Amino acid sequence: MKNFINLGRDVNRLDGYDKVSGNAKYIADYEFPGMLYAKVLRSPHPHAEIISINTSAAEKMEGVIAVTHSGKCSHKMGLYLVDRPVFATGKVRFKGEPVAAVAALTEDIAAAAIKKIKVKYKMLPLVDNIEDALDKNATLVHPDLMKYSYLPIYYPKKGTNIFNHFPLRKGDIKKGFKQSYKIYENEFTLPQIQHVPMEPHGAIAKWDRNDKLTVYSSVQSPFTLRNLLRLAFGLSHKDVRVIAPYVGGGFGGKAGINMEPLAVALAKEAKGKWIKLIFSREEVFLGTTVRQAMRARVKTGIAKNGRIIAEEIEMIFDGGAYAEYGTNVVRAAGYTCIGPYDIKNVKGDTYGVYTNHLVGGAFRGFGHGELHWAVESQMDIIANDLKMDPAEFRRLNVLKPGSINSMGEKITKHTGDMVACIDAVAKDLKWGKPSKKPAKPYIKRGKGLAVLEKAPAMPANATSCARVKFNEDATVIVQFSGMEIGQGCITALTQIAAERLKMDVSKLHAAGLPDTDFSPYEWQTVASRITWAVGNAIINAVDDAHEKIKKVASKVLKVKASQLDIDGEKVFVIGNKGKSIALPLIIMGYQYPDGHTIGGPVEGVGTFTPHLTNLDAKTGQGHAAAEWTFGCEGAEIEVDTRTGELKILNLVGAFDLGTVINPSTARGQIIGGMIQGLGSAVLEELKYKDGKIANPSFVDYKIPTAADLPDKIKHIFIQTPDDGGPFGARAIGEHPMISIPPAIANAIYDATGVRIKALPLTDEKILSSLKEKK
Amino acid sequence: MDIKVTINGVKKVFNADPGEKLLDLLRREGYKGAKRGCSTGDCGSCAVIINGKLVNSCLIFAGQADGHTITTIEAIGTVNEPHIIQRTFVEEGAVQCGFCTPGMILATKVLLDKEKDPTLTQIREALSGNLCRCTGYVKIENAVIRSAEKMRSE
Repeated sequence: MKNFINLGRDVNRLDGYDKVSGNAKYIADYEFPGMLYAKVLRSPHPHAEIISINTSAAEKMEGVIAVTHSGKCSHKMGLYLVDRPVFATGKVRFKGEPVAAVAALTEDIAAAAIKKIKVKYKMLPLVDNIEDALDKNATLVHPDLMKYSYLPIYYPKKGTNIFNHFPLRKGDIKKGFKQSYKIYENEFTLPQIQHVPMEPHGAIAKWDRNDKLTVYSSVQSPFTLRNLLRLAFGLSHKDVRVIAPYVGGGFGGKAGINMEPLAVALAKEAKGKWIKLIFSREEVFLGTTVRQAMRARVKTGIAKNGRIIAEEIEMIFDGGAYAEYGTNVVRAAGYTCIGPYDIKNVKGDTYGVYTNHLVGGAFRGFGHGELHWAVESQMDIIANDLKMDPAEFRRLNVLKPGSINSMGEKITKHTGDMVACIDAVAKDLKWGKPSKKPAKPYIKRGKGLAVLEKAPAMPANATSCARVKFNEDATVIVQFSGMEIGQGCITALTQIAAERLKMDVSKLHAAGLPDTDFSPYEWQTVASRITWAVGNAIINAVDDAHEKIKKVASKVLKVKASQLDIDGEKVFVIGNKGKSIALPLIIMGYQYPDGHTIGGPVEGVGTFTPHLTNLDAKTGQGHAAAEWTFGCEGAEIEVDTRTGELKILNLVGAFDLGTVINPSTARGQIIGGMIQGLGSAVLEELKYKDGKIANPSFVDYKIPTAADLPDKIKHIFIQTPDDGGPFGARAIGEHPMISIPPAIANAIYDATGVRIKALPLTDEKILSSLKEKK
Repeated sequence: MDIKVTINGVKKVFNADPGEKLLDLLRREGYKGAKRGCSTGDCGSCAVIINGKLVNSCLIFAGQADGHTITTIEAIGTVNEPHIIQRTFVEEGAVQCGFCTPGMILATKVLLDKEKDPTLTQIREALSGNLCRCTGYVKIENAVIRSAEKMRSE
């Protein structure tokens, strides 16, 4: 490991004191003079035609300033597939869909007004699950699917509910199965779950009389939001300004465009007024996005030596009522469909289907938590049947330098060390040795592990920009538009800038909360890509600033720019440190004794673009992964076989995250992700009754609390430098969530011999499976 | 109706509607460190200390605070003069998105005012009414343990 000044050390979070003191401002904390407050009327039905909307009683109420609905605002929105109306238009497609909205002098008036809006509905047949959606005579949720605009990397099917079909073909699948010694086929499912950021979504919008729009939002993607707002409302980018305060948790749920257009539609009706719309917790459940439900069928062919030689996998995602963002979840799952395995012959078919469920969208690790649930359960089933050690079975089959992955990319020694991750987890779990025998005979203990991989899921043109600005005293302001959503990017990116500047991090200030009028461009804060992509842009920005300093210094010192170097304090001639100029004397322009000045304020600009290609439409082959992060997660658990009660004794995760920029924030992402993974494994499920969500509250939808923590939880860093990452760093934000569910399910099997193929792994499900087994 | 309270060490009189929740009153009066996460008393983001006890301010009416002593995050310490607990939360990396943080720190304060050397079980119990989606709680627990150590040695 190189000697770094600022990297690999626990620099305290730069936003820390703002947050512990209550000083940090979030969207709900903003108030402006004359502000109006908004409420949304939502559909009570999952699928119905809108016959009429009558708003006259609401409009007559004292204190009501604006009322809007699809009759006034019929815009559609969407990141990848423009299928989602701001307000339900013609029909409602899920229970909770916005139908109308009111802005009033107070929240109470707005809430009373929406109750006075009369909407007549005519029920339509319910598309309540994947089977309904794929039925030959299925009701089409979007009969106009083929009329929507979408990027050409998605493949909707005419006359069906299929909004995307991603095929992957590698090798010769028929031959692969023909040569197989054993073939295994299983089906796995998981339900929709919610991100549950602690901060509910919110936006504040003002549409000025000169038709300039300003939006404050709790948003992961200020520039993408600006782009999608201007598309939806027919404005120019220059006339839309998005300002992004601290975000109280995102996890994908604040990516792309969300609820902002509701506030904007009202702002358009009440020009010149600030409109504030903050969702209630129930609205966060109903009215934002969720992780899609999925059903996967995996068929795997094994050679006599235990090598996997063929795999056919079909994944069907329940994308809910709209697929504007979710269509890319299908693609991402599709190109990684077999997980981190070296398999010669692959046939993957990944589908997204419309239903009348909550809208599926981006969710931490999207597509990958889903596919690894299926693949890593399947691998365990196979290893156990072959009487092979499940860790050894994985060591034999995972990607290694020289392997070709699912989409035809070659793995090198720089890609990461999957086997080292498995070894680290196995060591921590004392793999191969039986668990300590519990005192009671009805308590059974077991161990399980599961591997994972993920690359940032993004289009090939997802770009980043950063700036470094020198101040008069040679301190530096770093500007970027990666959003601080809790992951610690302000701190990590400042450390990267300081490292390249050869300065201590205390000399830098990160202007990390973006304003699209002033901040450099950033595509989105998603896909674990910010430290990696923006870090690269920052390095380029520092180099640009240094070039500018050297250019002026070369005139003053009468040497070539190439003969100069810069440390944190001065620009100097290489080999002659005495011949130098202190930075404060040059970064605002160099002034000669007679007063004349050359150069000017130094600002460096840097950009970064990943080198990716689109994938082949028929085979899914190509290069969609900017970088991979490999990992392995393990669990030791015990089950009370009388009650099915599951207790988590130990969770461990090892990840090859390359150079660790800030061990403390990296650890926060890992442990936090593992516990969110634990929630998805054992607790979380959005439940439907007649197409209506039955548990949109913390009373009925439980997430882990401090009381749910395992006895032990541990993170392990594997640090194989990434040759394309800033100082060798690679992504880590989403990965820790991904394979906790299969690790726990595999441990349950080890303890009890019971295989559960549907998440979540509740005590009731374990108990009923134990009873079935008897 | 008038509500007389001692808030953050200062005697104040606030006017509130009979149906108004304490959280609404606090945020309206500028105590924005109390956050709204759910309005149903399930997440702890809106927690404040009333007469030494941790209370979810979204659950009680403003009128119920009449005559009582309220402490919000704003009185625990500031950016420049943080309380030991606040400093330790930063140093232990127990802060991520920060939305649950004021409630977590107030929960910690109430615990450590009572228990100088809490057990892990006591800590988990004390924090179990405060939800956090970012940290997985482990660094928060460590921050509570370290805060207790530092406060004992003061």
